[in-house]
Amino acid sequence: MKLRHALLASAAACVPAMALADGHEGERGRDGQVNIIYWQAPSTLNPFLSGGTKDVESASLVLEPLARFDETGTIQPWLVEEIPTVENGGITEDLTQITWKLRSDIVWSDGTPFTSEDVAFTYEYCTNPDGGCAQITKFEPVESVETPDATTVIVNFKEPTPYPYTAFVGGESPILQKAQFENCVGAAASTCTEQNFGPIGTGPFVVTEFRTNDVIAFEANPNFREEGKPAFASVNFKGGGDAEAAGRAVMQTGEFDYAWNLQLAPEVIAQMEAGGQGTPVAGFGPLVERIMLNNTNPDPALGPDERSVVRPHPFLSDPAVYNAMSMAIDRPLLVEIGYGQAGRVTCNWVPAPESFSSTSMTCDVQDLEGAKAMLEEAGWVDSNGDGVREKDGVELRVLYQTSTNAVRQDFQALIKEWWEEIGIATELRNVNASVFFGGDAGSPDTFQKFYADVEMYANTFNGTDPQAYLANGLCDKAPQPSTQWQGENISRFCMDEYDALWNELSQTANIEERQRIAKELNDMIVQNGGMIPLVHRGRLSAHANTLGGVKLNVWDSELWNIADWYRIGE
Amino acid sequence: MLTYTFRRLLFAIPTLFFIAAAIFFLLELAPGDPMANVPLTVPSDVKEQMRQALGLDQPAPIRFVLWLKQFFWIEPLNLVDHWFGTTFAEGELRIISWQNRAPVFLTIAERIPQTLWVVGTSYVVAILIAIPIGIYSAYKQYSLFDQAGTFITMIGFSVPPFFSGVFVILIFSVYLGWFPTIYDTRLVVNDWDSFMAQVRQMFLPVMVLALQITSQLSRFMRASMLDNLNQDYVRTARAKGLVEKRVILVHVLRNSLLPVVTVIALYVPAIFSGAIITEQIFKVNGIGQLLITALQANDWPMVQTLSFIFAVLIVVSNLIADVLYGVLDPRIRYD
Amino acid sequence: MTDPAANATTMADEAGPNTLAARPPRSQWRDVWDQFRTHKGALIGAFVFLGILALVVFGPMLWPLDPTETNMRARNQGMSWAHPMGTDRLGRDTFARVMFGGRISMAVGLTAMLLSLLLGTLVGVLAGYFKRLDGPLMRLTDMFLALPILPLLLVLVVLFREPLSSAFGIETGIFILMVTAIGITSWMQTARIVRGDVLALKEREFVLAARSIGTPPRRIILRHMLPNVLSPIMVSATLGIATAIITESTLSFLGLGFPPDFPTWGRLLFDAVSFLQQYPMRAIWPGLMISLVVLSINYVGDGLRDALDPRIRGRGARFFA
Repeated sequence: MKLRHALLASAAACVPAMALADGHEGERGRDGQVNIIYWQAPSTLNPFLSGGTKDVESASLVLEPLARFDETGTIQPWLVEEIPTVENGGITEDLTQITWKLRSDIVWSDGTPFTSEDVAFTYEYCTNPDGGCAQITKFEPVESVETPDATTVIVNFKEPTPYPYTAFVGGESPILQKAQFENCVGAAASTCTEQNFGPIGTGPFVVTEFRTNDVIAFEANPNFREEGKPAFASVNFKGGGDAEAAGRAVMQTGEFDYAWNLQLAPEVIAQMEAGGQGTPVAGFGPLVERIMLNNTNPDPALGPDERSVVRPHPFLSDPAVYNAMSMAIDRPLLVEIGYGQAGRVTCNWVPAPESFSSTSMTCDVQDLEGAKAMLEEAGWVDSNGDGVREKDGVELRVLYQTSTNAVRQDFQALIKEWWEEIGIATELRNVNASVFFGGDAGSPDTFQKFYADVEMYANTFNGTDPQAYLANGLCDKAPQPSTQWQGENISRFCMDEYDALWNELSQTANIEERQRIAKELNDMIVQNGGMIPLVHRGRLSAHANTLGGVKLNVWDSELWNIADWYRIGE
Repeated sequence: MLTYTFRRLLFAIPTLFFIAAAIFFLLELAPGDPMANVPLTVPSDVKEQMRQALGLDQPAPIRFVLWLKQFFWIEPLNLVDHWFGTTFAEGELRIISWQNRAPVFLTIAERIPQTLWVVGTSYVVAILIAIPIGIYSAYKQYSLFDQAGTFITMIGFSVPPFFSGVFVILIFSVYLGWFPTIYDTRLVVNDWDSFMAQVRQMFLPVMVLALQITSQLSRFMRASMLDNLNQDYVRTARAKGLVEKRVILVHVLRNSLLPVVTVIALYVPAIFSGAIITEQIFKVNGIGQLLITALQANDWPMVQTLSFIFAVLIVVSNLIADVLYGVLDPRIRYD
Repeated sequence: MTDPAANATTMADEAGPNTLAARPPRSQWRDVWDQFRTHKGALIGAFVFLGILALVVFGPMLWPLDPTETNMRARNQGMSWAHPMGTDRLGRDTFARVMFGGRISMAVGLTAMLLSLLLGTLVGVLAGYFKRLDGPLMRLTDMFLALPILPLLLVLVVLFREPLSSAFGIETGIFILMVTAIGITSWMQTARIVRGDVLALKEREFVLAARSIGTPPRRIILRHMLPNVLSPIMVSATLGIATAIITESTLSFLGLGFPPDFPTWGRLLFDAVSFLQQYPMRAIWPGLMISLVVLSINYVGDGLRDALDPRIRGRGARFFA
């Protein structure tokens, strides 16, 4: 234990900490208060009603799942004895049932025992159709939850599920206390303000005061299962403001100990770090900023039922065009301008976890000449001298849209210049984020309608298994009028081989095999004109130099190990 | 006067109803979606279910009537319950925010103290500074004091708070380390130390806000004084041998305050929305910050309720301004 | 001419060298100009304001660099001959951006201010002068005042952004939207102040006199009322132009104004705030421009106020000096 923390402290770049790290074990609450700032303020502590990262992460101090992912993305038992696998008999051979054995020493913060009833109740709570549960996808494959005794939970799946660690795993699906939420099921969920703002949990802290979108006060849980933890007696969890102010409060003025998700220009981070009070830490999940290529024809002249529905796109289906567009982009520069430490060049749709990330493509060198030559060879030439290439009367003119956001507009400006240099006329457009991501079927500007040739945004997936995410490339997931423009296949990518391969993935349990298929699917969609990945975006947070034990985790709540945090030095 | 006030109050009712309807249906037309901030990892059919759970599948006129009932009947009942421990409103659905599924009024009640502390103080400070500056600048028009005052107030006025806020934070917090940059809304003032802590955390936001308001008010005060200083009655007063101090501070001031009082009364509601940016920069998390987060989250019940409360405040302050006008200026008679 | 004639004559007699008798008949505007000229602050203000106006109107035509052209070899540069105000983090020339942004900001500020003054004065004078109109017009004003500005602006922007952008192109569309939105949400203060002044003026002897000799209302308003309410209008105007420029930047700050890739002074200032410690000059340039415009208009307003006030004109402004 000691060794682990000592290593951690040095890893967190606190050089003098080595000598002092020894003093961090002792009685619960010895280190006073820890101050955390999230520039997006939590609006509720019930993660089932919101789904926002800020809400999920603030609730993770109180509510816990059966198992969590650690900072490497490996699943760890949390409220259970061990992780069920096929090998240890926890998962049946036909992959339709998983059995969780709960730890018997766990009590809720009010002193009552934690039982399988609570787990089964959580399932009922979220799957109630009137409740509007944000995490319902976690429970969708689940047929039923059984509780043979107080410490056993059996989850039955509707069909063979090779990756069963979704329900009750990770910060997004923690366990609620049945006694507290019993009367809050379904339509009553909204009337339970007291419960939603002050859930009783098994975690290291209990809520003492919750002010929505402002501040939360926590105290150490006297009934927490681990002796001597948490080291902090209280947590002051402030929300609001902007990323810059949060970074400043940790790294320059030292008012706060931990600041979440500092999406700031690299120069600004460096300047703040020079303040000497804190250190930025970065972690990389699967979040990718990408340009989606429209596989359908977005011509405004087409009717509402055909626009962005009928195939093919007039020119984006030509491999020479989309490959040239990708080659013309200087990704290292984009990283440097937009994300600095919190970004990496990527050519992949699934850049993480590493075991699932393909290594077959490289794209870190800009090649304008190569791009021009490629277009030239494919017959795209500028015959009328207007700077725009054309072929068979079709001109290379793209409408490039994204959400309104300073970094994205910088990217647009740069990419537009590169594309125009290789002879692709580019028109830029940006749409207010709440409209763009709003999903209003009546608005022509949503990213799902995709009334443009290319569009840029970022997306990711939860947990460490990309199967559900890879399903976003299936033909029948394309948004269209008959589905009210709902659907996750934004680029309307459609390839029979892809669908077949994904079906194979959904029936494969062997982990190496799954990784191989996932990489292949990733390559298939990128190489066949589904998208142009740009930047693998990380999470950049900062902690005070006096705060020890921080392990930035992008696979679960960032505050997953707050029970292990401690104050370095006096 | 009384009948006039009464008539105005009566007239306010249809006005306010019209405003409530206008806000509601305009928000209804706005293409924002409360689910826009839910992460992309949540599929669209789940979002649709969440939308239904908010009652969004009901037609707009029904929701408007429901909102009216909630605002004018259920919420006051809840207040009565809160005061007298009765249970009139039990089981009735209150106005529920879309972003946190909690009653809107609970949140507003949490936010009012810090807004009153910070914005209220800065307004009082600004009035106390602006009126003397305005008077003296006008009295000594084109003097060094007047020129410097004009210069400083104009600079203060032309710098937006998102700049001045960050600027004073850099100077006073980062370099000098005198004041905190983050407002602690949980601070309870119960002794000298906590009072000083409150003063310290209020200092920067009050400074930024007061600078802006002072700039505007002192300009109005100066202009109004200048107008009156050139009037005949001033000459008459001087001619009749009154002391200069009395001429300025009694005769001129009383008449010059007239439009300024109107402006002060009119600004009372405006400072609530004017504090949005300052509140956000110093994390004061008051009413202004509540409004802007609600707008960003497309939380229409919150926006609707807040806007309507502002509307009520504005109508009332207008009324007060008009009545004050009548009291201060005997030449104006309302009938 | 605006005050009772007798009044003007006695004042002119007092004033010494510039008596009526000593000079040939001359137009009123000539008088105004003469008075304006004696106000040094106003002259300098006018000079600076016209200078900035010329800079933003003609500057972008003369300056070779494009405000949106990025240059990766010249990022974050300081002041130099090639880039008098340095470059930003994409290597765009700040001077070009300040000039181009100024066009937008000045146009928004001036147009919105004019619109709001026009509306405000019209409503204020009508309400103050015609008793029948007072009730309805003031209720209208109250109603506009009571419509909360920010949500109203937001909703206006959200509702009309797309139709206007598609009808006039994105920049013109948003410009029209900004100007209209700011204009129709900021005229009410002016209206109330003007009405208050008109109410008071109506009881004054010279208006009564004008009315008693049968002057039609239009003439009374234009010749006797308006010049006397000019000073509050001028104050409103100077504050109004700054408010419009700042409102525009605030809307951009909230993500509702011009898109981020479209420079305005407010936008440039907002973008530079993050880099205040590393590159303070980047914030100072647009900030300086906004302040200069506001200051210069204010001095011009002051000078005009004095020059337009018939009681001061012709006497030198130092009544209490």
